[in-house]
Amino acid sequence: MAKGEAKKNGRRRVAIVAGLRTPFAKQGTAYKDLSALDLGKAVVAELLQRSELDPAEIGMLVYGQVLPSLSAPNIAREIVLGAGLPKSIEAYSVSRACATSIQSMTSAAEAILCGQHDVAITGGADSTSDVPIAVSKKLASALVEASKARTVMEKLKIFSTLSPKDLLPVPPALKEPSTGLTMGESAEKMAREGGISRRAQDAIAVRSHAKAARAWEDGVFADEVMHFVVPPKFDKAISQDNLVRKDATADGLAKLRPVFDRKYGTLTAGNSSALTDGASALILMSEEKAKALGYTPLGYLRSWGYAAIDPGEWMLMGPSYATPIALDKAGLSLKDMDVIDMHEAFAAQILCNMEAFGSKLFAHEKLGRSEAIGEIDDAKFNVHGGSLAIGHPFAATGARQVTTVLRELKRRGGQFGLVTLCAAGGLGAAAVLEAP
Amino acid sequence: MADHSFVLEVRPDGVGVLTFDVQGASVNSLQANTIGEIEEMLRRIDSDPSIRAVVLRSGKPESFIVGANLDMLKGVRTASDGEALSRSGQKGCAAVAASRKPIVAAVHGPALGGGFEVALACQARVCTEKATFGFPEIQLGLLPGANGLQRFAQLVGLQMALDFGLTGKTLRAAKAKALGVVDEVVAPALLLEVACKHARALADKPKKPVTFIDRLKKKGGADALQTLALEDNPLGRRLLFKKARELTKKKTKGHYPAAFAVIDTVESLGNRGFDASADVEARAFGELLVSETSKQLIGIFFATQELKKDSGVANPAVKPQEVGKLGMLGAGLMGAGIAYVTANAGIAVRLKDRDDAGLGKGLAYVEKLLASRVRRKSLTRLDKDRTSALITGTTSYDGFGRCDLVVEAVFEDLALKQRVVAELEQKLEPTGIIASNTSSIPIGKIAEGSARPQNIVGMHYFSPVEKMPLLEVIRHKGSSDEAVATAVALGKRQGKTVIVVNDGPGFYTTRILAPYMNEAAFLLSEGVPVEVIDDALVDWGFPVGPMTLLDEVGMDVGAHVGKVLNEAFGARFTPPPGMEKLLADGRKGRKNKRGVYLYDEQGNRVKDKKTRGVDESVYASLGITPTAKVPPEEIQMRLVLAFVNEALRCLGEGILRSPRDGDIGAIFGLGFPPFRGGPFRYVDSVGPVEILRRTEGYRERFGARFEPAPTLVNLAKNNARFHR
Repeated sequence: MAKGEAKKNGRRRVAIVAGLRTPFAKQGTAYKDLSALDLGKAVVAELLQRSELDPAEIGMLVYGQVLPSLSAPNIAREIVLGAGLPKSIEAYSVSRACATSIQSMTSAAEAILCGQHDVAITGGADSTSDVPIAVSKKLASALVEASKARTVMEKLKIFSTLSPKDLLPVPPALKEPSTGLTMGESAEKMAREGGISRRAQDAIAVRSHAKAARAWEDGVFADEVMHFVVPPKFDKAISQDNLVRKDATADGLAKLRPVFDRKYGTLTAGNSSALTDGASALILMSEEKAKALGYTPLGYLRSWGYAAIDPGEWMLMGPSYATPIALDKAGLSLKDMDVIDMHEAFAAQILCNMEAFGSKLFAHEKLGRSEAIGEIDDAKFNVHGGSLAIGHPFAATGARQVTTVLRELKRRGGQFGLVTLCAAGGLGAAAVLEAP
Repeated sequence: MADHSFVLEVRPDGVGVLTFDVQGASVNSLQANTIGEIEEMLRRIDSDPSIRAVVLRSGKPESFIVGANLDMLKGVRTASDGEALSRSGQKGCAAVAASRKPIVAAVHGPALGGGFEVALACQARVCTEKATFGFPEIQLGLLPGANGLQRFAQLVGLQMALDFGLTGKTLRAAKAKALGVVDEVVAPALLLEVACKHARALADKPKKPVTFIDRLKKKGGADALQTLALEDNPLGRRLLFKKARELTKKKTKGHYPAAFAVIDTVESLGNRGFDASADVEARAFGELLVSETSKQLIGIFFATQELKKDSGVANPAVKPQEVGKLGMLGAGLMGAGIAYVTANAGIAVRLKDRDDAGLGKGLAYVEKLLASRVRRKSLTRLDKDRTSALITGTTSYDGFGRCDLVVEAVFEDLALKQRVVAELEQKLEPTGIIASNTSSIPIGKIAEGSARPQNIVGMHYFSPVEKMPLLEVIRHKGSSDEAVATAVALGKRQGKTVIVVNDGPGFYTTRILAPYMNEAAFLLSEGVPVEVIDDALVDWGFPVGPMTLLDEVGMDVGAHVGKVLNEAFGARFTPPPGMEKLLADGRKGRKNKRGVYLYDEQGNRVKDKKTRGVDESVYASLGITPTAKVPPEEIQMRLVLAFVNEALRCLGEGILRSPRDGDIGAIFGLGFPPFRGGPFRYVDSVGPVEILRRTEGYRERFGARFEPAPTLVNLAKNNARFHR
């Protein structure tokens, strides 16, 4: 488990030089008039300013958003062109549901590791306030046909086949195409089958709010969250996440009604992450380049792993599958981790994964391993809160966790940190980070 | 002398491509021999059986024809020579218009003045999106001299012709197409081919030009009828031109005779026809060309052209540093305006203010300016987004490390400015330049204690920055040539006319304005009513009077500047006793809606016919009765001579590099009447002996503040001039 093992293998190391995010805002609040692209441009532009990086050094930009955009399908390239960056920066967009900004980070890391680029910007943004509203299948095909029609009569004929209900817009699907369940229903299923109590879930939510509120109070986030003076009016500024509630209590949360299974359910708006708008970004460099440019990195990306499971089962168990892969690649075990940050989609998902981490049975049956991944030490776990309190702009969350973990490693003098997320479709992602 | 400016090539399709390309010049202008050359080419075309039609184009990559050669115009000595010049232009254009073989103008870039007139004489016009048209002659105190105004009026109507003739404003390609001035707008790569197509079509089937009146009659409808009632009817026209004269008189105070010549020309076209109007035009052109007004305006034009080429430093080897990113301290009106003009030049801006609210106000101001340009179609939405993306805001020095130049517009306080310089020097690269936007604090003082005083200059912008054309760059004793040249080059990219002055309290512009404002205060304290003072100076040609200016600038700012100058120069900057009562009475001007004029809640001047919006309680505040009768001429002369005398001192003391810079600074920075040419040209035109006599007269009456500048005394002694 020697330090700098990657180097020993003759491989380059990927340095994470800087990270930044916008404040995360509840759907329809501070960013209600902004698109994911607007948010992404702002955070990338500000990150570059703060890093004092010469934009000419940047080779690539990898970025993602989960809610698809009709006007800017390749958000990464639009950020390059829209944020005043050199037009020579190549760019592509990725999507891995809630783990999107882990994907953009590791995709760029791969390019750096094989020597394609030395400097990359990565990240992700989502606006749940600016969702694409689709038209019905029938109207869509009529529109396509009509665009090819030559005469007005032909056009009229095509539209005459439509009935009024075909004209209604179709809201974006929140259901998993493969299971027909919403994310919340999947989590509800896990809570139900795993016997996760309402009280335990609410306790996780209260913990998350308390830690995030404390982090804001202590100024932990001040240097990793930009102020956002909101265009086009610029008359309001948001400087902190607006979902964090320092007065959240178990009793208060207990009063909320279940939302996914109204009759017997235990998941409420209080113990589920909320629809959120926001963006985050990272600067990645090869270790040599960072040194040459005089940067002290926040840390290094030591290893990562992805896993996938049947979404029809316990869909949100991704962290329990992806983490051992990343740890093995790093040559480390969970107890080597000084900070563990797991994306909090739902309190129930957190509790299920915590249990699986410590379970020999789970390791044996599901992972084919003789030993459990390891018990999660509360003192190292989501130390500044998580998505339950801070919010979850899908594509922005992973990069948020990376920045927070690296800065926390420095703060507590730790060496290794784990970031892990579950994602729609039964996906899991994990990354091991290393202090400089 | 460019002998052969035209090249004629005949294409296989029978179109003769006539390319105008004045040798040894970056743009085409009409030369003394151009008309003769055109006539010669037309004869060749007429007699060449292989040519069926013609396309006229420019050999310059970015422009068509930008007008008449000004050196040629400047050389004209008598009105009759000027008239002959106009008639020759008319004749040349008439020959183009009468060509048996149709001529199509292919326009890319500006077609201005005489260039527009030539294009209008062609039978058709094809242009690119980048084409612009206009009659800028009015800005030089002239009118178009080759019947272009008339041909334009035939296409777009009398009212539109008046509008463009009186303002000199630019007509863009899309609007030109909508108005029927051009026949087609195409991509630059297609310009020649499409123009040839139009030329062949006209050769195959001659087309009678459709006049404005024809089009209106065909179109019908209430709007068309209303326009016809005004333009196609003697009574309507009488009303139309009466109104135009009234408005013009009100606007120009009679100082711009060219405006009335434009109205006369268009009116005679409407009432008496093309030929009669051509006579009116040629006579007016001759008279205007030798008029004092036009001479001064052309002189200013030349001065601004010279300044465009001036690096701001004497050593030709000095090269400005590239400014790729500008730091702006302060997001107030000034800072936001500077951010805007900088981003417009494609330069990244890091804008800093104390807090998010202040920053937001600055960003909103830039957004408002850009959005209004999108509304006026002078900017595409895409370019707007690109421009706004260049400006990012902050409340810290984050992102200043890569700034090549930082402009500070923090509060006017020496200690604060010195602290800001020290902070910036920590953050910037050793080559980073720091420019202060102070209007009065000597730059040398701000540079005291600096680690790199060579990198410190003054960049004095005028408010509102996006409108005011002047930038005053100030070099203190320690400023390096590179720093000065960099500031000058940046100012030019921001679209400014830049003068470089040496350091001193109030530099040039603030310093010469102060005695003028002070003299207005003396008149007020003598009991001359506020509006009488303002009217006198507006009549003399200033855009606003000194009392209005006082409210705009603010009494607090005025008092601060006055104090700085008073300490430096003593008695002639001492305000009349009692003026401090204005501030003591809580009057700061428009900014707190309490000045010498009355303001409503929104800060707009209260309109009132009787009081003229003056806050009459101001007289009580000052303890005076506004009943003094001073003739307007005396009000004008006392203020103007105070101003001019101080300008001459600035030249004598080496603050100014040249009288040229002094004229430009006064006109573009302070609104000195352009048709009077600036303080130095004004002294030249009145004569130094007379100026000295009047100044000495005032010294007898009012004392030492009218002590003539040594430069004036010397000039009068030799009866010399500032400008040749």
